[in-house]
This record gives sequence, structure tokens and C-alpha cells, in this order.
Amino acid sequence: MSLFLFWVFAAMMLAFGAGVVLLRNPVSSAMCLVMSFLGLASLFFTLDAYFIGIIQILVYAGAVMVLFLFIIMLLDLKAERARKFNIPAMAGGIAVLAGFVGILYKVLASNAEYLHAKPAFTVPFTSDVKAVGAALFTQFNLPFQIIGVLLLVATIGVVVLSKKELK
Amino acid sequence: MDISSFLFQPSVFLIWTSLVKTLFILFGAILPLVSLAVFAERKVSAFIQDRVGPNRVGAPTSLVGFKKDYSLWGLGQMVADPIKLLLKENFIPKSVNKFYYYIAPKLTMIPPLLVLAVIPFGSSFLGVPMVIANVDIGILFVFAVSSLGVYGIVLAGWASNSKYPFLGGIRSSSQMISYELALGLSVVPIFLICGTLNLSQIVDWQVKNGWLIAPFAVGGGSLSLVQRVLLWIPMVISFVIFLVSMFAETNRTPFDLPEAEQELIGGYHTEYSSMGFALFFLGEYAAMIAGSGVIVTLFFGGWSLPFIPDGSSHWLFGLTNIPDWLPGVVWGFVNINVFFAKVSLFIFFFIWVRWTVPRFRYDQLMKLGWIYFFEIALANIFLAALVLVYIK
Repeated sequence: MSLFLFWVFAAMMLAFGAGVVLLRNPVSSAMCLVMSFLGLASLFFTLDAYFIGIIQILVYAGAVMVLFLFIIMLLDLKAERARKFNIPAMAGGIAVLAGFVGILYKVLASNAEYLHAKPAFTVPFTSDVKAVGAALFTQFNLPFQIIGVLLLVATIGVVVLSKKELK
Repeated sequence: MDISSFLFQPSVFLIWTSLVKTLFILFGAILPLVSLAVFAERKVSAFIQDRVGPNRVGAPTSLVGFKKDYSLWGLGQMVADPIKLLLKENFIPKSVNKFYYYIAPKLTMIPPLLVLAVIPFGSSFLGVPMVIANVDIGILFVFAVSSLGVYGIVLAGWASNSKYPFLGGIRSSSQMISYELALGLSVVPIFLICGTLNLSQIVDWQVKNGWLIAPFAVGGGSLSLVQRVLLWIPMVISFVIFLVSMFAETNRTPFDLPEAEQELIGGYHTEYSSMGFALFFLGEYAAMIAGSGVIVTLFFGGWSLPFIPDGSSHWLFGLTNIPDWLPGVVWGFVNINVFFAKVSLFIFFFIWVRWTVPRFRYDQLMKLGWIYFFEIALANIFLAALVLVYIK
């Protein structure tokens, strides 16, 4: 059952991910990205990582993408739709993709161990919320604090930049 | 293998009991509650404005040979309103983006119904817990899913390809983004106090230690009176922020700017008719019910009432010659009714506020969300943490 669900959600994620790039309408692209995030969150759920999965939905699908959609809707969509395909850019994109797939293949083929997914939790399963919290505040406390400072700096920067015009 | 042993295999049992609970919640609770809420909205607004309200549609008994029709205080309106919407012509304007125009009402309706999956609406019934999905991330699931509800409104505004719905969609998305933060932060003190995100466990905590809205008034537990009163301070702040943000999240007056009739005709659903409009309506009222359910679960002890036992009880007024399962069934049934009674009280409160408080201006709404609620909710987390450090 869990394997079947994995294929369903992986297919959903990839199909909508392709939709983000291929569809010409920016609103459709944004909605495809939302669906792709939901597929990714579902994959986390099948790994018993409920907390990570739900944060994925809450932050990306529920907040970030709403802002994206907000901005896209205010733009002039007709200009975007009328644009021609850019052949050099597409060739570059395909080259990067081929390179990535090649590296991925090399890594996976180098060690048979990598072909089998590790379980998300090796400790006896209690609650993944507690597991994430414990890891953040004991093992990775310093990086966590540094990220906190980084985000604070970014927040203050945004406030300063947006206040500048008001003066 | 015979049918009863098949039905009581753990995984099969889980599937069919969940299915029964889902069907009960959808068709036994939410749909009747929605149409009752619409009827109550009309009746209460009429009472507040000193009108009569709908009082004619009742039981048309003269159609089947009786002498007289019974108006039943207009209760037939509950059935007449949905039928009217269903039978209207579904007019689709020519300039809309068809795909998103069709899908938007569904996207508004589904999230509030999904939220109800994690809310415990009763204690237990013959040993089956009365919650569809008892997940550990409980309240985060509620926030995540209800935050997806904004897509329906935004897409409806955009796909209608007309200026008033578009303005409604824009207002709605900025409003929901602003109030989600305050909503999420205001419940963090509850996690600190209860030590869990699981809604069932939060209710269990309240059964033992008293409801979070008034921890000093009801229940026993290990805390002293002074500690309870101290705990009460951050809880009241949480409750006020949560309640007001919930009004903003569900687009109810005084924060109903996305559909402000006087400014935007009907806001995001201006171009919708018939069932499309009805689904928006259903979505709005279902969101109100789900929101009331969350408030009741977090602050008002969920399905519990002081001195009323839960579904695992073996006591029924001291009666002895009764089957062993009977007390559990009786109290389980009472618990479910207590939950929906509390939810109904909150729906009445929603309606009461709508017909009493005038609408906020847009800049006031933004200011309230970002400048006051966000900061107060943040400070409240530290306050709750300090109180907990002092208590423990």
C-alpha cells in the first residue's frame, strides 16, 4: 500500500512539476507548483514525517505560493503568453538537466546501498514533532540560532527598504 | 472467514469506522448545521433589526389533504433555500477562464470540510474514538489545510475576469496572509501548556485540569488556584486574538471586506450563480462551523462538560441491572451533543457579531493584524513560557 502511494504521489509531484515549466499561463504554473508541493508533502507523510510534511503545506503551499499568486495576478499576463520560445535558453536548460541526471545516475550506481531508502526514523517512534524539536535544540542548536539571526536581519532589511519611500 | 471476523480485523475495522464517522460528520452534522446556520442568520438578523424574518415556509400539509398549512416558525426555509439555489440557471459569463471558474467554488468548500477530520467531536462510542483522524500534528493540520482555502477565493476573483471580483480576490489573499500569522502564534501558548499538538490530547488535558479559557473555574488537576489564575492571563490573550483572527480568516463581518456588498457588489462571487454561488455559501458557513469547532476544542474543553462522564464510563445514575455497554453509549451520545451544542453557541455568536459590529476599513484591518495582533501574540508566547517556568 505504501509503495503504491509512493508511486502515486511521486507521479503527481513530477507531473505537476513539469506543468510549472511547460504551461504558458503563469497562474496555471503557480497552481501546478502548489499541487507539486502537496505531492511532496504527501511523500513526507508516507515516510511518517508528518511534521515536515505539514510544514511544507503550511509554509509553501499556504503562504509563499499565495503571495506568488497575488503578485502574478497583478501582472499583465498577455505579454507573458505572447512570448516566443527562447531556443538557446532551452538548450542550456536541457544541458543542465542532462548533467544533473548523469551525476545522479553515477552516484546511485557507485554504491548499491543507496538504492534502498532508509527509514525516516531509526529511534523508536514517539512523535516526530518532539524528534524534530529535540534535534534542533540539542544537536543542531548553533546552526539553528544562526539561521534565526539571518532571518531577523532579512526581516529588518525588508522593513528598512519599504520604509525608505515613505520618508 | 465469516463476515464479522473480517469486519473486526484491526485495519478493516479502522477503515469502515472512519467511513461511518466521515459520513456522519458530512451528512449528519455539517450539511444540516449549514442550512440551520443560514436560517439562523436570517432569523437572528431579523430579530436584531426588529423585523419578522422568514416565517411562512413550513409544512405544506394542505397539499396532501389537510385543512391547514403549518408554518413551523419558517423552518421550511432551511430546505427551500438550497432547493432554490439548485434549481436556478447556472449562468456562466463569456469572458471567464472556464477551468478556474469551475474549480474555484470546490476549492473554497473542501478545506473547511477537511479540517473537521482532525477535530474530536465526541469522547468515544463503544470504544471507538470520536475523531476521524487522530493525528499527532492536529492543530498544524488545521492551519495548513485552512490556509489552502484562500486559493478558491483568489482564483474565483481572477477567473471571473471582472473588476469587482478581482478586487475581492486581492483583498482576500492579503487579509488571510495577515491574519494567519497571528492565528498560528496565538495558539503556541496552548502547546506550551499542554505539551502536545494533538487535539484529542489537548481535550484530555482540559478534562483533567480545567478548560483553557477559564482554568481556575472548572476541573481539578494538580495545579493550585494561584497557578491557575496566572495561567489564565496568557490564555485570555490567546483566546481574544484567536477569536478575532478567526473572524478575519472566515471572511465574516467585521472583516468581510472580500465580499463587501456596498463596495464590491458581491466580491469574489459576483459572477457566480446557482450551485457555484451555493458552494461558496456552503464553504463560508462550513468554515465558520470548523472554526467554531477549533475554538471549542482548544479553549472550551471540546466535548467535555464538568461532572459529565465520557464514553468509557460504567456509571449510569447508580443503576445496576443494565448491560455493561449501555452507560458508555449514553455518555458517548451526550458528549457528541455537548460538542455540537457548544459549536452552535459559537455560530450564534458569529451571527450576533455580524449584525452588531460595523465593517472595518481596509487599512484598519491591516493595521490590527500586523501592528497589534502579531506583536501581542508573540509577546504572549513569552508570557506563557514565564508563567510555566514559575509554575513548574
